[in-house]
Amino acid sequence: MFGDFDINFVIFGVMPYVALTIFLVGSIVRYERDPFTWKSSSSQLLRRKQLIWGSILFHVGILTVFFGHLVGLFTPVWALDAIGIPYALKQWMAVLIGGPAGIAALIGSTMLLHRRLVDPRIRVTSTFGDILIMVLIWLQLAIGLLTITQTLQHMDGSEMVRFMTWSQSVVSWNINAWVTVVDVHWLYKLHIFLGLIITALFPFTRLVHIWSGFAAPFRYLLTRPGYQIVRSRRHRPIEERRRDFDTLQAKRGPTATTPAE
Amino acid sequence: MRVRAQIGKVLNLDKCIGCHTCSVTCKNVWTTREGVEYAWFNNVETKPGTGYPTDWENQKRWNGGWARSASGKLHPKQGSKWRILANIFANPSMPEIDDYYEPFDFDYDHLKSAPDMNAFPSARPRSKITGERMEKIEKGPNWEEILGGEFAKRSQDYNFEDVQKEIYGEYENTFMMYLPRLCEHCLNPTCSASCPSGAIYKREEDGIVLIDQEKCRGWRMCISGCPYKKVYYNWDTGKSEKCTFCYPRIESGQPTVCSETCVGRIRYLGVILYDADKIEAAASAERETDLYGAQLDVFLDPNDPEVIAAARRDGVPEDWIEAAKVSPVWKMAMDWKVAFPLHPEYRTLPMVWYIPPLSPIQNAAQAGQIAMSDQMPDVRSLRIPVKYLANMLTAGDEEPIVHALERMSAMRLYMRALSVDGVRDEAIAARVGMSGRVIEDMYKIMAIADYEDRFAIPTAHREQNEHGADIRGGCGFTDGNGCSTGEAGKTTLFGGKKKKFALPQETF
Repeated sequence: MFGDFDINFVIFGVMPYVALTIFLVGSIVRYERDPFTWKSSSSQLLRRKQLIWGSILFHVGILTVFFGHLVGLFTPVWALDAIGIPYALKQWMAVLIGGPAGIAALIGSTMLLHRRLVDPRIRVTSTFGDILIMVLIWLQLAIGLLTITQTLQHMDGSEMVRFMTWSQSVVSWNINAWVTVVDVHWLYKLHIFLGLIITALFPFTRLVHIWSGFAAPFRYLLTRPGYQIVRSRRHRPIEERRRDFDTLQAKRGPTATTPAE
Repeated sequence: MRVRAQIGKVLNLDKCIGCHTCSVTCKNVWTTREGVEYAWFNNVETKPGTGYPTDWENQKRWNGGWARSASGKLHPKQGSKWRILANIFANPSMPEIDDYYEPFDFDYDHLKSAPDMNAFPSARPRSKITGERMEKIEKGPNWEEILGGEFAKRSQDYNFEDVQKEIYGEYENTFMMYLPRLCEHCLNPTCSASCPSGAIYKREEDGIVLIDQEKCRGWRMCISGCPYKKVYYNWDTGKSEKCTFCYPRIESGQPTVCSETCVGRIRYLGVILYDADKIEAAASAERETDLYGAQLDVFLDPNDPEVIAAARRDGVPEDWIEAAKVSPVWKMAMDWKVAFPLHPEYRTLPMVWYIPPLSPIQNAAQAGQIAMSDQMPDVRSLRIPVKYLANMLTAGDEEPIVHALERMSAMRLYMRALSVDGVRDEAIAARVGMSGRVIEDMYKIMAIADYEDRFAIPTAHREQNEHGADIRGGCGFTDGNGCSTGEAGKTTLFGGKKKKFALPQETF
């Protein structure tokens, strides 16, 4: 039964679904059950040093890399063909944008990791999860940058198309997705594997703040017209309450002076 | 007109003795937990001084409060929404814990557990963050107590602007006063405006500004947004916390802990009706010195039949309207004009007001006689410079402060004449534009300050919007996590140490 067992199938065929399920269900459960623990866990109050530069470099870099992966991997191949972007050009773009962004993120995360491990205040207030996820992300960035050495050896974009096919097959429920990445260089495989691990750990760490980070601009800029928020315990808007009050007043009954609920 | 009610507060600095009972009782109730040891929802500062956190009043440095653009629109001084979002990775205007102080405790246990030694054992300080030895404590929550420290440092006080401060460094000319501070529960709070998550809100029914602990994501923009630096980041929970105005007490008609325990009886609580539609215009007043007057215009006279009708229509409960009529806050802020907002130039329209302190006559020591003008001591020659108080309370406008100080000294003169000579000297009252009857009322409330006169707090009307059956079996007050207590294990699934949720237990 396990004669043709292949570890690649487990990692690239099964694990993506396991990781994404944990990621999504875990996030929802945590948001529902433990909203109090949903936070960015900023340590800026305790030590400003190394955080300002480290955090900005890291976040700007990693967000660029993240969206680069998102767009790069999930743009359908036929769409590329339709617009007429050669695969080689797309790969060059990935290297030229992702490379510097990855380096910025690596420098930033090195500063943050150093600060987290060496600064007594930050070290003692860090949880195991804080340090673990920081180390994993640092490794992931380093491995990601190392894969560029392989990428530069085949600039025709063929490997890149494989990853695009794999990602898009995974999200389109193609069970044979895994075969497309079986014989790529081990650095790529390690990068994907670690990525899936981080995805699965996501809901159990401070990484959940990413959801809020993406939501914040929409909430702050779009769903909040002004600056101020006033909460009322009353269930109905003031206009409705006023209208009802006026109707009651017109009746001139004993209820006339009762405030509108 | 959109009528809302707020429980406002006045602190009579003329009577503050700087005993810190307010701070200590507040701390014992609210901030003895890990992560907020450094936070004092209420603290008392000695002025002149740079305060806690250091230099908090200097908004050139901390960018708190609002800025008015050339077009007359307001935006938080730390930046409009886009700027705030852009700073989300690292907030350039946020103080570090050392700007407050590193919290510490002492090794008291060593005093009794030390072995037999030649030297007497001592209790040395230890950091409450790292648990490590602190060789030297260099800052505390009240580091400038009673003019502690050199004048060169204390004179960095922002309120010395336009004051010839050098002479106040001299021993003979020095002056001091106390300034108890807490969250101002502003009408136009910058903390809530700065929160990208929308976790901070003002309550419609009583004006209390609170932070929703379940919505706070720890973006920490409120900390830099608040010009009074009265929002604190809990480094343990990763959420912001602030003075709650003891809302569970207020809701049941009791004064806040700081007000209840104030031994000097300087704190007053009462209802202020205000017009929510006027807030924006008032906060956007062109000149900073107009802001005090603009805020007075936002308040509504609870004895005006039109206001009463509008208040009823907008759902202000009847007993709240009645409470507004007897509100000591209204009397001191509006009727007598002796109370002022703290730093109105921040444009937050604060709702905790202050009565400036009288002080000894400055020139008396030098001239051997009292500086008098029209039989009244000249309040401009008091030891505490009027300009200093004006910088603190009216954005530098001296007139209202002089007016208030004159009324307060007239109260003393009038009551002296009454109790020593047995004469009701209406002339004294008339000179400050009051009547003897009003001065006697003022004396009753400001000087005698009986409990019933200090606090006029109507209870919350939960019956209007909650049904007992719906909340039966609810979870009551919890640690900001709904009914969830986390799970039973030592560590949680979602990271972080879990504090065991414990109900109070009696032990026999």
